[in-house]
Amino acid sequence: MLAQREETVAKTSDAPPAAAEAALEVAGVTHFYGKRRALDNVSFTVAPGTFTVLLGLNGAGKSTLFSLITRLYVNRSGTIKIFGYDVAKQSGEALRRLGVVFQARTLDLELTVTQNLIYHAALHGIGPFEAKRRMVDVLARAGLADRAGEKVRNLSGGYIRRVEIARAFLHHPHLLLLDEPTVGLDIKARADIIAQVRDLVATEGLGVLWTTHLIDEIAPSDCVVILHQGKVLDKGVASEILARSGAPDMRSAFVKITGADISQGDAP
Amino acid sequence: MTSLTTTQAAPARGFTLAQYLICMGGIVWREALRFVHQRGRFISALVRPLVWLFIFAAGFRSVLGVSIIPPYQTYILYPVYITPGLMAMIQLFNGMQSSLSMVYDRETGNMRTLLVSPLPRWYLLTSKLLAGAAVSILQVYAYLLVAFFWGIEPDSLWGYVAVLPALMLAGLMLGALGMALSSMVRQLENFAGVMNFVIFPMFFASSALYPIWKVQEGAPWLATVCQLNPFTYAVELIRFALYLQVDWLSLAVVSGCLVVFLAAAILAYDPARGMLIRRGGAAE
Repeated sequence: MLAQREETVAKTSDAPPAAAEAALEVAGVTHFYGKRRALDNVSFTVAPGTFTVLLGLNGAGKSTLFSLITRLYVNRSGTIKIFGYDVAKQSGEALRRLGVVFQARTLDLELTVTQNLIYHAALHGIGPFEAKRRMVDVLARAGLADRAGEKVRNLSGGYIRRVEIARAFLHHPHLLLLDEPTVGLDIKARADIIAQVRDLVATEGLGVLWTTHLIDEIAPSDCVVILHQGKVLDKGVASEILARSGAPDMRSAFVKITGADISQGDAP
Repeated sequence: MTSLTTTQAAPARGFTLAQYLICMGGIVWREALRFVHQRGRFISALVRPLVWLFIFAAGFRSVLGVSIIPPYQTYILYPVYITPGLMAMIQLFNGMQSSLSMVYDRETGNMRTLLVSPLPRWYLLTSKLLAGAAVSILQVYAYLLVAFFWGIEPDSLWGYVAVLPALMLAGLMLGALGMALSSMVRQLENFAGVMNFVIFPMFFASSALYPIWKVQEGAPWLATVCQLNPFTYAVELIRFALYLQVDWLSLAVVSGCLVVFLAAAILAYDPARGMLIRRGGAAE
């Protein structure tokens, strides 16, 4: 009886508050480092159950935006809301609904996969017994069921990323943020990780914000936000952006919109 | 679902006391695990004071005569005198080492995992501090065990119990100092600077190695510095507690410094100001 009630409590608190609410709402965000303007009046939203790509070259302001959304520091102008909760003012409520995969590897290499996940769960107020119960599910989803007892140091780069994605989902967030998650991975590992995240969007209705500078990671039905030199130059469904720009493919559309020279360097 | 999950059924808003405790428990647990895995750190934490005890103190045994000063009731040997100083030294090193690990964590991104937790940031930092202090206390007791077999023990074995709260307070104070400093250290390499400019002066200009009245005879200015050094009070707090006494002045100074250093650390890691914003530019 009691157990049943808990089940319902858990369900209601896990469900997004309101259907119309944006998973992530970035409105008029400007940010300076000293005198350098890193972000200039950036606005966009991520709807629940969508895969949104934040596309931009290195130095476009993606990492700054990421730091602001995760409240590493607070923005001075504009607002960032996660399911209606202001990151700066109601940070606890905002951050508990958010799962993050940082660009840098953030697992503790000396500890096992299980130990890392238990630690992460504790940071969200989830005890070790519940954490182990959830772990079975998230690791199976990530195809890591047999790796739970292994030291992270012994895992390959691709596997580490998958553990990080599994970890980010452990506290059942409704919004998942991934900062260039495929950097430094081979083609197979990249495809695996994209599939893992797209599966979460499809089966769990998660809102995902995926930052990248790699254009081939975009599917036609994805939402895309093009960030260039701190400004949002275009946003919308990928196929619409493509049609609007009149370019034959996304790559040329990106060049046309941003005017960037991507013929050299680590271009998309 | 088992009954174990009762405390974990999250409220729709806010966090329960149990969730706060789970979070703190997780942070302490991780710190302990890391400590166990870094066996080299444990060994060097143990060897360092033992070198002082076995070599330095033995060499100075007859050079320095220590007369009867509180809390001692008889003439004591030099190794007995410096034992509380070495206990505090272990905690000083550990406090600075945790600050090193925070700089390291910041560089590798582990720090961000901590800071993205939905619990209040001051609580996360305090938990981290508590974890560091707990590890330093383990190190101190390991040292006391070796010292015991070397023939150094307090008058009463209860001293080992009475010293625990003093160690907790001193460990937190030194850890908070390290945390506040960690926000100013830009990179890992600068730790050598912390060593030269913080650890050594604090340790040498204190009552850890020589009683202040003795310093007063030779170098009055140094005695004044010692009396202004918070580390002196950590040492004295531990020394008196080991002999089942409370040195109220030390207790007041250590507690006061803890509050000030902790406030500085929390301010330094505050999202709206402090070093994270200034450092942000480097993230790109």
